[in-house]
Amino acid sequence: MANTMAVWPYGKVLQRKRISPWNDALYRLIRSTNARVGLGIVVFLTLTAIVAVAFWPYNPRIDSDLPNRLKPPSWASQSPDKKPSSYYAIFGTDDQGRDVFRRVVHGAPISLQVGLVSVSFALAFGSILGLVAGFVGGQTDNVLMRLMDIMLAFPSILLAIGIVAARGPGLNNTILAISIVNIPIYARIARATTLSIKEQDYITAATCIGASDRRLIFRHVLPNSLSPIIVQGTLSIATAILDAAGLGFLGLGAQPPTPEWGAMLADGYKYLTIGAWWVLLFPGAAIMLTVLGFNLLGDGLRDALDPRMRGTGRA
Amino acid sequence: MIRYTIRRLIAVLPTLLGVTIIVFLFIHLIPGDPATAMLRENAPVEVADRIREQLGLNKPWFINLGEVNCPQQDPTVKSTTGGVFMTYHNCDKSGGFAALRYWQPRLDRPFDSQYLLYASKLLRGDLGTSLVTKNPLMDDLKLKFPATLELSVMAMLVAVGIGVPAGIISAVKQNTPIDTGSMFVSLAGVSMPIYWLGMMAMMVFAVWLHWVPAGTRLGSDVELHRITNLYILDSLLTGNAKALGDALKHIIVPAIVLGTVPMSLLARMTRASMLEVLNQDYIRTARAKGLADRVVVLRHALSNALLPVVTVIGLQVGGLLGGAILTETIFSWPGIGRWVFDSIQLRDYPVIQNVILAVALIFVIVNLVVDLSYAVIDPRIRYA
Repeated sequence: MANTMAVWPYGKVLQRKRISPWNDALYRLIRSTNARVGLGIVVFLTLTAIVAVAFWPYNPRIDSDLPNRLKPPSWASQSPDKKPSSYYAIFGTDDQGRDVFRRVVHGAPISLQVGLVSVSFALAFGSILGLVAGFVGGQTDNVLMRLMDIMLAFPSILLAIGIVAARGPGLNNTILAISIVNIPIYARIARATTLSIKEQDYITAATCIGASDRRLIFRHVLPNSLSPIIVQGTLSIATAILDAAGLGFLGLGAQPPTPEWGAMLADGYKYLTIGAWWVLLFPGAAIMLTVLGFNLLGDGLRDALDPRMRGTGRA
Repeated sequence: MIRYTIRRLIAVLPTLLGVTIIVFLFIHLIPGDPATAMLRENAPVEVADRIREQLGLNKPWFINLGEVNCPQQDPTVKSTTGGVFMTYHNCDKSGGFAALRYWQPRLDRPFDSQYLLYASKLLRGDLGTSLVTKNPLMDDLKLKFPATLELSVMAMLVAVGIGVPAGIISAVKQNTPIDTGSMFVSLAGVSMPIYWLGMMAMMVFAVWLHWVPAGTRLGSDVELHRITNLYILDSLLTGNAKALGDALKHIIVPAIVLGTVPMSLLARMTRASMLEVLNQDYIRTARAKGLADRVVVLRHALSNALLPVVTVIGLQVGGLLGGAILTETIFSWPGIGRWVFDSIQLRDYPVIQNVILAVALIFVIVNLVVDLSYAVIDPRIRYA
């Protein structure tokens, strides 16, 4: 008798499939055209970087072919006698006769490295500062946030220039400088989200059952404040790559003959007046494409991770 | 309003103090000994000592607690460097704990320190002198800042003049090809290295088409009586049409290049802000009572949507000054950006240090002005 009672007489119950918030966000991310394009560019660049590092070894120190210096791209060169050029370079060659295409490809791992390493460092350090400031509050919060305000009083590229000019030019100091100038951004975001999360009922509940401060921060507050930090992280990779290239262009970043895009532009700048457009166009376009990719992806992530949009992906 | 202004002014003071401390510490970020780093290799010890003397590097950083006299191992080496709290004589590594046993406390002049000397000079408007040209930096700054100011103002005019209308049109024509196109262009604008855009623009307009001159502020054959050092303003004041035309021709491409990033950000911001306002009930009411579309958009929507845009304009000043370094380098524009670039090459640290300070101070002041103007536009802020 009890068995028959348990059977629902009106057919199958309509049950909505459970989707976790992260899966929902992923679904919304994939549905956005901007995010798809951004993701495509980022994946393409990552693959390029992997291929360059793993399968196409390059030593910029011995790469020089002076007879073929400053040759325009093969498809654009018009020799008067219409003879095919003996030298094939799809992006032309630079002032040392080096293949611009090869150098642009080998610039990808450098830029990605600068972007990822500097942002990871800033993100880790800044988020912890912000979490602590927001969680502990009081004087700690006050002192930390005033310090961050002071750092934000400098235009970021200028502060980075100051740090690298003092520490000496080079890729490592560039990464260090960009990390430092990005720390306040994460500290502020992490603090703001921590302050709002701290007031939630589940934190009160956790405190009541005796959770330690460390457990509260790392188990409850941190995971719940991740989404704005992830969005900012993606957008920061874009600005970090731009700033690193800017420092490289000013002669403060990676030093020649490293195939860093900004340093390549600084090299090519000398040949602007003779109309050697190819040494400038391609490294610059590579920077732009990379930054565009991370910007598009960051915008898409922001929409996807916005809790107000939750559930709209499966309308 | 006065109370709010005073409160904001007081809140800015610790920031200004912190800015000067950070800028002061730049010199001490130099690995090893700053005085030797500023010189070429193998420079005699006396020259390094003279530089230390000139820059006050032989004094303690913050507070003077006495001297540390290490036993002199090499009689030819004579050097005095300032540690954080003490002056070190002939010590291998200033600040090493081992040297502390030679410490002779002297507490009679605790304020004779590098930072306090630097701060007191700053308060008197003395930024020090350049190591290379020996010119007082304040004089150079007065000469070069107008060039950067002129370029930045023109860039901002370009940015507001194109960015805001583009944002409005995108919002009104949401999801049309015009909207998609202008948003794509603005996204490309923020993704572009401006020095690259500058180089490409210079190649096209100066090298290939010869429409504009490549670099500098004024042609060498143009006479201009300089009053403010803002060439456009000066030529207007003196009624010099030839100089005005020439100055405009020189500034147009750099201004567009420098204005690209703020223009793109303004377009995106204006669009977002307009879209939010256009969905409000009072806009529907305005439309319902039969107002013309133009009146609804310009009078009802735009005036309310402009609030966040004003903030963005203020925040972009820092970006403009940072971008000026790169733009001025490309266009040989004789402003403070080009000055920093040249000083980096010459390792003229006092110039780098103090230009960064000057720019940061300008940035803090502009942000303060934006904050205050925001309170004038929106009274809710004042009473919050």
